[in-house]
Amino acid sequence: MYAVNYHRAASVADAAKLVKSGDAKLLSGGMTLIPAMKTRLAAPSDLVDLSRISDLQGIKVSGKTVTIGAATTHYDVASDEKLRKACPALAHLASLIGDPAVRHKGTIGGSIANNDPAADYPAALLALGATIVTNKREISADKFFKGLFETALKDGEIITAVTFTAPAKAAYEKFRNPASRYAIVGVFVTKGKDGVSAAVTGAGEDGVFRSKEIEVALAKNFTAAALDGVKVPAKGLMSDIHASSDYRANLITVMARRAVAAANA
Amino acid sequence: MSDVSFVVNGRRVSGTAEDRTLLVHFLRENLGLTGTHVGCDTSQCGACVVHVDGRAVKSCSMLAAQASGSAVTTIEGLANGSDLHPVQAAFKEHHGLQCGFCTPGMIMTATDMISRHPEGLDEATVRAELDGNICRCTGYHNIVKAILAASKAMSKGVKGRAKQAA
Ligand SMILES: Cc1cc2nc3c(=O)[nH]c(=O)nc-3n(C[C@H](O)[C@H](O)[C@H](O)COP(=O)(O)OP(=O)(O)OC[C@H]3O[C@@H](n4cnc5c(N)ncnc54)[C@H](O)[C@@H]3O)c2cc1C
Ligand code: FES
Ligand code: FES
Repeated sequence: MYAVNYHRAASVADAAKLVKSGDAKLLSGGMTLIPAMKTRLAAPSDLVDLSRISDLQGIKVSGKTVTIGAATTHYDVASDEKLRKACPALAHLASLIGDPAVRHKGTIGGSIANNDPAADYPAALLALGATIVTNKREISADKFFKGLFETALKDGEIITAVTFTAPAKAAYEKFRNPASRYAIVGVFVTKGKDGVSAAVTGAGEDGVFRSKEIEVALAKNFTAAALDGVKVPAKGLMSDIHASSDYRANLITVMARRAVAAANA
Repeated sequence: MSDVSFVVNGRRVSGTAEDRTLLVHFLRENLGLTGTHVGCDTSQCGACVVHVDGRAVKSCSMLAAQASGSAVTTIEGLANGSDLHPVQAAFKEHHGLQCGFCTPGMIMTATDMISRHPEGLDEATVRAELDGNICRCTGYHNIVKAILAASKAMSKGVKGRAKQAA
């Protein structure tokens, strides 16, 4: 790792000021950034640690509205009792990220800012129609996730929270890469007042996306059987040593079918 | 350079370190606590697991500066003098190690796992919770056996000690 200056921010305003210095980067759980710095893939001059800012911590549920602070860890999302009632699918998703030690440090804000094409949270936020709140503005999930490791965030812009309305039904199913534990394919389905949605992670060449084929079939009939014979095109899907694009296309339907069954259970 | 200070295994320690110093290097090189191991460069093997403020974390993926102000427990902090911690005793009893390289991380993960599951553990849960700990020798079977035995032993009455250690 190259030399770096570490700063611990006391507030969001403090962090916004600190991140302007040199080639500074925000640090949350560090579960992506520190490994990247160790391999010198990232070499910021300064790190601005957000993890001790109390405004960025915690989960609020009021009625159907859920708000999660950006620095809330995967472990805290997975084990929050209010969230497990309001939107168990999201708590379950958090429990599938990495391993226990990763979940104790990694945060929702860091995960979506990074927008890894195989990360879990992007699928949930896109399917839930969530809003990403920053220190500057509010961004809807469909405008936030832009491509591989690319988001709508401007330099130095800080995610403070994500918020969404809990749907009547939702579930997430993930086919994990057994070595990295990231998704080879993950599908998050929801059914609510505004209809159904199905967002796919791990598969798209441009990162997370909503599958039209799955959504059209589920809009007619929100059951696993409605997906029998539904084909998702392999065009635009990733091919790598773990899985070909054809295999991923097939897995999307399989994971969607399991997710719908879980959502209806 | 930054001043860092923690409570490590119940003792207050402070020192100066380059900001880029990883917690694992501070523990091993500045404090001489070489029980915490480095097994990989990819945050995947878990040989470096310690507890920071009561939660199991990978000390190779965290700066010492990030942990400053926190309470840190390492493998050296578990035994009570020459009395092994119940998880250490169970690893010995059930032959849960061969070369021993992964063992400190396994045991720190196991004590955290047991304290998060006061209702008890089953084999599937133990195996899932060991996702982040890699062992090149044992095939995991005896590690799982040891953790299940320790969890049982600890719920039978040594709970106080387990809490204190976690
Ligand atoms: C072994 C291992 C397995 C993993 N498995 C999975 C998995 O199965 N699924 C999965 O989804 N992820 C997985 N991850 C990644 C993990 O979820 C990370 O926690 C996550 O990607 C980054 O979150 P963080 O809080 O650690 O962010 P950091 O590493 O601290 O930061 C990541 C990036 O986000 C930026 N950032 C952080 N916070 C903010 C903010 N509030 N506003 C704006 N920018 C910000 C940082 O500047 C940096 O560029 C794994 C990681 C490891 C090490
Ligand atoms: S040394 Fe920390 S995970 Fe391998
Ligand atoms: S005992 Fe040798 S690596 Fe686990």
